[in-house]
Amino acid sequence: MSLPMGRALREVFGEVVTELAASDPRIVMLDGDLGSSTRAQIFEDAFPERYYQMGIAEQNMLGVAAGMAEMGCVPFISTFVAFALHRPLDQIRVLIAQTGANVKITAGYTGLFTGRAGKTHQIVDDISIARAMPGMVVISPADEVETREVLAWSVSYDGPVFIRLVRDATQTLFQPGHRFQFGKVKVVREGADITLISTGTQTPRVVDAAEILAASGIEAHVVHVPTIKPLDEAGIVAAAERTGRVVTVEEHSVIGGLGGAVAETLSQHRPTRVDRIGIQDHYTESASDQELLDMYCLSAERVAQRVRRLLDSSTPVSSCD
Amino acid sequence: MTTMARPPATAEEIAALEDMARRIRVAVIRTVTRVKVGHVGGPLSSADILAALYGRLLRIRPNEPHWPDRDRFILSKGHSALGQYAAMALAGYLPLEEMYTFDQKGSRLQGHPDMNKLPGIDISTGSLGMGLSAGLGFALGARHLGRDVRTWVLLGDGECQEGQIWEAAHVAPRFGADNLIAIVDHNKFQQFGWRGGDAKHRLPPEDPGHLAARFAAFGWRVLEMDGHDMPEVLATLEAAAQPEGRPVAVIAHTLKGRGVSFMEGDYAWHMGVPTPEQFATAMAELGEPVEDAA
Repeated sequence: MSLPMGRALREVFGEVVTELAASDPRIVMLDGDLGSSTRAQIFEDAFPERYYQMGIAEQNMLGVAAGMAEMGCVPFISTFVAFALHRPLDQIRVLIAQTGANVKITAGYTGLFTGRAGKTHQIVDDISIARAMPGMVVISPADEVETREVLAWSVSYDGPVFIRLVRDATQTLFQPGHRFQFGKVKVVREGADITLISTGTQTPRVVDAAEILAASGIEAHVVHVPTIKPLDEAGIVAAAERTGRVVTVEEHSVIGGLGGAVAETLSQHRPTRVDRIGIQDHYTESASDQELLDMYCLSAERVAQRVRRLLDSSTPVSSCD
Repeated sequence: MTTMARPPATAEEIAALEDMARRIRVAVIRTVTRVKVGHVGGPLSSADILAALYGRLLRIRPNEPHWPDRDRFILSKGHSALGQYAAMALAGYLPLEEMYTFDQKGSRLQGHPDMNKLPGIDISTGSLGMGLSAGLGFALGARHLGRDVRTWVLLGDGECQEGQIWEAAHVAPRFGADNLIAIVDHNKFQQFGWRGGDAKHRLPPEDPGHLAARFAAFGWRVLEMDGHDMPEVLATLEAAAQPEGRPVAVIAHTLKGRGVSFMEGDYAWHMGVPTPEQFATAMAELGEPVEDAA
């Protein structure tokens, strides 16, 4: 019994920022000519005079966002993660992160689901890059309920925030009424045999994997990490202490992302073995969403298989066959 | 929003601004000589423009640096920070003596302008090519929030090699951002440049005329001026500040190292520390009595 499918986070993005803008005149949207994909067009329909079409020129777009923020606006960014973070990285560093500009970098199409766009659009290292940047907050919500919460929270926070959004429909983990707590992990399943730590829309698949493992007698403790930076170090330590064995799972490179952050924390505060499930040190390729999850061992079934093999025969979790 | 033209500057006011430009040059060279670090050629080429802005044209309150309705100024060519610091000191933002803390531990005067350290810096710069975008953001943000704020961006001609300048130039006219004024300090030099010319004159960043043509082709209103002729600088920048529905680019024809004979037109004085003899020569040429070594 797997978690139900919910709405795509990009739809939630378009709707929620538009709702927030209705009561906050500071909010503006800057689009890199992808509003029809990111669903920022919902905002343009409602507030055409607050929608700034910046064209296909993202270095300028992030610079303009910094200037608007310093003037007192709250700019949201509409483009894919490749063009929201990687392309304008130095502009973000100098004009936004170093200054503390109140820009919300709502990065669309994170992870593997890019509408079959392939490796140029599939960004595997955005968490690593964003979290290494001093002054940047990094958040990866799990589902539509949490995305709504995170977007509303981001407006109340004065400073740069990098928010990971997803193109396609993903599973719903949380019930309406769930409250996002900035800088806190969320235990989403109790268990005593192994701790699984995940983030973003991978977390629902990990919860499903835990149910598969339970069928074979393995009770997993599942912890969701929406705020990757600043990391809830106490929450991570408590999660590790619960079982004494940790596996991180992320739709992202195993280098420097959630797994890296968890390993850094535990190696200092409570040395614990950490195995990291994620995309290995290579680029990805075009395929359907389900094929991609299978290829990179991130589907619930594949995650459960890898955790079971790790426990049964010490097979490295990097082995995906 | 309309900007009322001020009465033309009187001869006394012009003379005072010319002296302010001279004092900016003196402060830059004194600082570099004493702390033994800093850019020289660029601050000297932009000194008259900085004097015109901080001495007269910017609507600012130096004793209230975060006044919301102030004009914004962005030094996109952030390596000319010493010129901006000197102009700000002479305008009353900081004591002139603080110049000597430049680039020293704990100083508000960082190697490149830092808005988080020095009140009065509207946005941090130092990575070239970014200032015009931030300026467009100020201009659009001011309009969105209903503020009668003008944004002035001082660009280097060398940094116009950065693609981001032309990303900003491309989109700004679409928004009719006539509260945005870009001034290019067109001193025809950059740090190193291309081989050619003679030992002092390597090939320039842009052929003369190309910058004006390029901004015009992107849909900007373009003005040109002698960036060292104070009456012309004032008249041109006052004309630029009159909103006419388009952003304005002012091409300021300048001389790198202006005001000190051995620095003028020598690319090597992009950065450099004068010897005691060179310092004395520079002060004499700038009409500054010297009592101390630096």
